Parts: sequence; structure tokens; C-alpha cells
Amino acid sequence: MYTETQIISTTTGNSVSDALDGTGELMINVGPQHPATHGVLHLVITLNGETIKKIEPHLGYIHRSIEKMCESLSYRQFIYVTSRMDYLSSHINNHACALTVEKGLQLEVPPRAQVIRVLMDELTRIASHELWWGAMAMDLGAFTPFFYAFRERETINDIMEETCGARLTMNYIGPGGVMYDIHPNFQKRVKSFIQLFKSKINEYDELVTGNIIFQNRMKNVGVLSKEDAISFGCTGPVARGSGVNCDIRKLFPYEIYDKLQFEEITETAGDSFSRYMVRIREMHQSISILEQLIDNIPEGDFQAKTKAVLKLPKGEFYTRVETARGELGVYIVSEGGTTPYRIKFRSPGFSNLSALDHMARGSKLGDLVAMMGTLDLVIPDIDR
Amino acid sequence: MFSLEGLTNSVQQWLSAHFSATGVLLVESLIVIVLAITLFALLGLILVLMERKVAAHMQIRLGPNRVGPQGMFQTAADTMKLLMKEGLTPDGADKFLFNLAPFVVMIVAMLLLAPIAFAKNFQIWDINIGVLFVSSVSSISVIGILMAGWASNNKYSLLGAMRSGAQIVSYELSAGLSIISIVVLTGSLQLSDIVASQQNGWWLFKGHIPAVIAFVIFIIAVTAETNRAPFDMAEAESELTAGFHTEYSGMKFALFFLAEYINIFIVCAIGATLFLGGWMPLHFGNLQGFNHLMDYIPSSVWFFGKVFFLIFLIMWFRWTFPRLRIDQLLNLEWKYLLPISMVNLLVITVMAIMGWHF
Repeated sequence: MYTETQIISTTTGNSVSDALDGTGELMINVGPQHPATHGVLHLVITLNGETIKKIEPHLGYIHRSIEKMCESLSYRQFIYVTSRMDYLSSHINNHACALTVEKGLQLEVPPRAQVIRVLMDELTRIASHELWWGAMAMDLGAFTPFFYAFRERETINDIMEETCGARLTMNYIGPGGVMYDIHPNFQKRVKSFIQLFKSKINEYDELVTGNIIFQNRMKNVGVLSKEDAISFGCTGPVARGSGVNCDIRKLFPYEIYDKLQFEEITETAGDSFSRYMVRIREMHQSISILEQLIDNIPEGDFQAKTKAVLKLPKGEFYTRVETARGELGVYIVSEGGTTPYRIKFRSPGFSNLSALDHMARGSKLGDLVAMMGTLDLVIPDIDR
Repeated sequence: MFSLEGLTNSVQQWLSAHFSATGVLLVESLIVIVLAITLFALLGLILVLMERKVAAHMQIRLGPNRVGPQGMFQTAADTMKLLMKEGLTPDGADKFLFNLAPFVVMIVAMLLLAPIAFAKNFQIWDINIGVLFVSSVSSISVIGILMAGWASNNKYSLLGAMRSGAQIVSYELSAGLSIISIVVLTGSLQLSDIVASQQNGWWLFKGHIPAVIAFVIFIIAVTAETNRAPFDMAEAESELTAGFHTEYSGMKFALFFLAEYINIFIVCAIGATLFLGGWMPLHFGNLQGFNHLMDYIPSSVWFFGKVFFLIFLIMWFRWTFPRLRIDQLLNLEWKYLLPISMVNLLVITVMAIMGWHF
């Protein structure tokens, strides 16, 4: 372990010649501003040559005390804040919060709202995986996939914009249903997106998945065993890449997920390539869910009848959902008032990041970047 | 056949008529220096724009399309911007080496323009060891990169420079062996001789499969030597932010940038000269009619056409492939390319001795 003064001395900068002080170790700071940290992550890395000996993630640069803010907001209001947490899964964050409040109120959600919510969740999951795919390829030095991914993601964003008025930080899913009904164009545009995406995902495989350089960079790199994945508390595609069955949609089905036909994707190798394949295959599953639902949106209310000001009964409520990055848990302690007494989010990125040091030791610096890419880090999700 | 030969001859005659022998040499040197610098700047402008346009087409984006017609003045505007930026020298850097490094890299690139035959009988210096000159001078540029990386007092730069050193020194072997295979076939180190030997067909076709292998290895090796993706380990923006030139700004950065593009031009020119006949039009053995038809296209057009085709190829790599890891890169060179090119050289030597090529 490094003492606080040692860490400060590395961040303020010892010179190159001081660093090579005979131990052969070089300490470098990756981040808080670095092209591969996907935000303001700060990693203090000890290198021997180019081989990683130790990684220490330092958090705190983007901390906005979202949990504390939620305590002063009403049960309808606090959902808005959570869109800014994991901003690539904002629908799913909203969904988790709405589910927790509904659990407290024992509220029945109309079937139409349930279907719309799931449709939005899966569109968000595809959009998030798209961005991850492009960004991860860029971490490996391939620039073109980034643009290709954004081309398709843009169509999803357009659909979102039309329906809920926002392209990134949506506030559409609320307690009791959704805020307003879907746009008349929604079904048509989602169907055309499904057609577009099916042809484009083959292009992704041709450009990246099948590439020999890409496979050499990904296979047997950053291996995380099943046991380690469980003990680090990894969830989502990171854990499923190591063969852990942890899809909340299958394990603890919420909304209508138990009535849908889809597979839980797992890979066994636990390396960067399996994490990559899990996400690619998940996109296919999400498309299949969209196909099952898009023509079967039931008629009826899009929102349950609720009071203007919600009051949760005294008690503790916890629900979890599967975001694009893994398990998001929302824990609310209520004292019976209009605002929560305490809120705690169990975010997927934080636990996934904790496995990075274990995965990366002994790898090369270039592999670290690839590994971080496959963890799919969103920093505000880690550092709320 | 249209050529620039007449132009150079008339300049030479006019100068000889008006000046002494020393005067002629001085004036000619001056003209050559001015032309070389002009070409240097012009190539920089064209190649940077070309890179953007090629990237834009591959990545379904628009590319520069605002400054001037079709964005043609974009690089001129970029140059203005770079000229006006402040050239910073980081605190704690070795100031002398830090400022010297971009010039070393650039001067090397400039020197390499000398032996290249741009058109029929249009060459700055037809030195009889042209190939040797190119391969030896080009290896100096790694010193500039190491200098920049070390003197920056930045750990990213240091890592980038060390990678670059390992990479360029290794890949020079394969590139050198591929070059030697053509020298073996031609029996001369002089670039004009090598071009002339392709009168009845380019070596890529005349040398059977071994020549094709040598050409492929050459292209891979020079891509690595010029630090282009998928071998851009020295810069590796996602790992080392920008590697050896992280700390450079303004014009000092531009010099590195320019030198990189000129180096691409030079290696492609060498590749075109050795394997694709340089300025020599497409000839097939004794097909008189076809050969004569091809001769109507000016030799400079042939030369630049081939060079820009190869440049396009290298740009295509960049926008298609992900980056290798440094140990994979060295494995590729030492375990695959080098043994293959050694065996290939042996085969080519036997072929040359037995006269099995066309």
C-alpha cells in the first residue's frame, strides 16, 4: 500500500529520472483526464517496463452526492436525479426507482405501461451497448467503429427524443407507469430500427469481431474466473462473461420479463473476448424482445391513478433491475414522509471496477485499456 | 513521351551559357533546395487533407468541407493555426534536446527526398548507392523520436519513445531484407538502374511469388516504421495520450506531424520504385503496341499515381485495424516477418542466379 504522501507525490509529478530510481518501477497516472478512462477515472498504476504491477483506482472527481440530494426530493422528483447517474441507462435507472416506490405503495401498473417500460429499457440497453462497442474499439485504436456505432445509436436517440423529449437523460418512467403515452410514430420507427440494426450488426462482426488483431488483443487477456467474479460482486456482462448466471431479468423477473422469450447470455472463458461476446449477443436478445413486444402493446392507461404527492409507508424497500452494466439496486428507507429518509444505490460499475486490479496485474499497459473497455465503465455510476 | 527531361536540360544549358561551372552548381543547388522545400510543404498539405478525406469516406462522415471549395484550404488554415500557437517547453525538460528533436526528424525526412526519381530523368541526386542511402538515412529518425520522448520529462512520452525505438529498429530489418531482394534481382543499388530494369515489366510481376511476398512484407514493415496504425504504438492515443509528442505544441508538433506524412510519402515512393517500376509505365514484355500506348501517359503521372495508391493503402489500414500490443508487434516481426523474409531472400537469390525471373 502507498501512503498518502506517496500518492500525492505521484500526482503532482516526480520527474522521469526520479521515477526510474533503480527499482525499475515507473508510477504513472492514468486519468482523471485520459482518452481511455471514459470519464474522470483516476488510476495510479505501478509499471515494471510496460507490465502492470498494481492498479489503484482513485474515486471522487465527479462525486455529486446524488444519494444525499435524493433525501431532500419527493418520491416523484428524485427519479430525475437518477437519470444523471448511469447516463447511458437512464431509462433503466428511472425504472428501478419507480419499481421501488411502487413496491412501497403496492401500486398496480397498467399493462400498457409495463410493455412500454420494457421496450424503453431494451432500446436503452442496445443504445448503451452500441456506445460501448464503439468506445471499446477506439480504446484498441480502431477509430471507424465509433462512427458506425453512433450511426445506429442516433436512430434510437431520435426515437427517444420523439417520445420523451430527451436524447440522453430521459425522465419518462415514473411511479405508476410512464409520464405520457408513446408517440404515434413510435412503433413504425422501432420496427424500421430493428430492420436496420439486423443488417448493421453483421457489419460490426466483419469489421471488428472477426479481425485477427482484435481477437489477439482480446483473447486470454484480463481473465476473471467465475469465483473471482462472484467474490468481487461483479454483475452484468462482466460476470456473465465469466459464466455467472446473474441476469436479474431471469433471476428476479420484474414487469413482464417472465413472459418473454429470451436467453440469458453467458460465456465461460472470462477473458475480455467473452465479455465482448456477451454484449454483442445481448444486443441480439434485446432485438428479439423488441420484436416480441412492438406489435403487442396493449391498449389502456399508460399510468395508474396516483396521488399528486406520494407518501411511502414506514419501512425499508429494495428492488433491483438489470441495467446495461449489471445489477442496479435501489434501497429506500422511509419514515412515512413525502421524502425518503435514506436512499442508497447499489451501482454495477463500482463493483466491476474493483476487479480491475486483480484482472490487470501482469498484463501490459495496452491491455489495461482494452480491459477497461470491456468493463464498460460509466464514471458517474461508480462515483455517484 | 512527355517528360521533364527537356525542362531540366534547357535550364542546365541556359545556366552553363551564362555562369561559370561553380556558379551553375550553386544556382542549381539553390533551385533544388527551394523545390525540395516547396515539395515538402505541398506534400504535407495534400497528404493531411487526403488523410481526412479518406477517413471521412470510410467513416461515413463529411470530413473538412467548409474552408474553400470542398474544404481544399483546410490544411492551409490548420497551418496558420499551428503557426500562431505558442510553442511550450515543459518545466524540467531537457530544453536543448526537446527543441532539437523535431528538427532531427524533419531533416531526415528532407534528406530522403534526394535520391527519389520523381519522373523520367528527374531526380535530385542519382547516387549510385541510392537504396543504401535511403535505408541508412531513414534509420536516423528514430533518434529524433527517442530524443523527443526522453527530453519531454513525461512518463507517457518516455514509454512512447521506448516503444518506438524497439519497433523501428526491429522493422527496419524486414524492410531492409525486402529492399535487398529487389537489389539482388536488379544487381544495382542505384534507383535509376532499378527503374530501368523494369522496362519490360515491374518486379512485382516479373519476380513471381517471392517478389509478391517481399512486397507484402515491405508494406507491413514500412507501415510499422512510419508509426502508422495498426502499429502506431509510439503515439497510441488511448494508452499514452499521444506518446512521444505529448508535450509538443504549435509548430514543433507540426514538424513531427509533417515529417510523419513525408515519411509515408518517401516509403511509398521507394516501394513504388522497387516493386512497381517507379515512373516506368506499365509494360508487358514485348507487347510493342500496348507498351507504346502506355508511354503516352507522362512518367510523373505514373510515379505519383503509384505512390498515392500505396499511400491510400496505408491510410486504409489505419481506418480499419485496431492497434497491436507492443509484445505482439515484436513477436510478429521477430517470429514471423524476419524468418519469412530471410527465406524469401534466399529464394530470390537462387532465382536471380538461375535467371528464373522474366
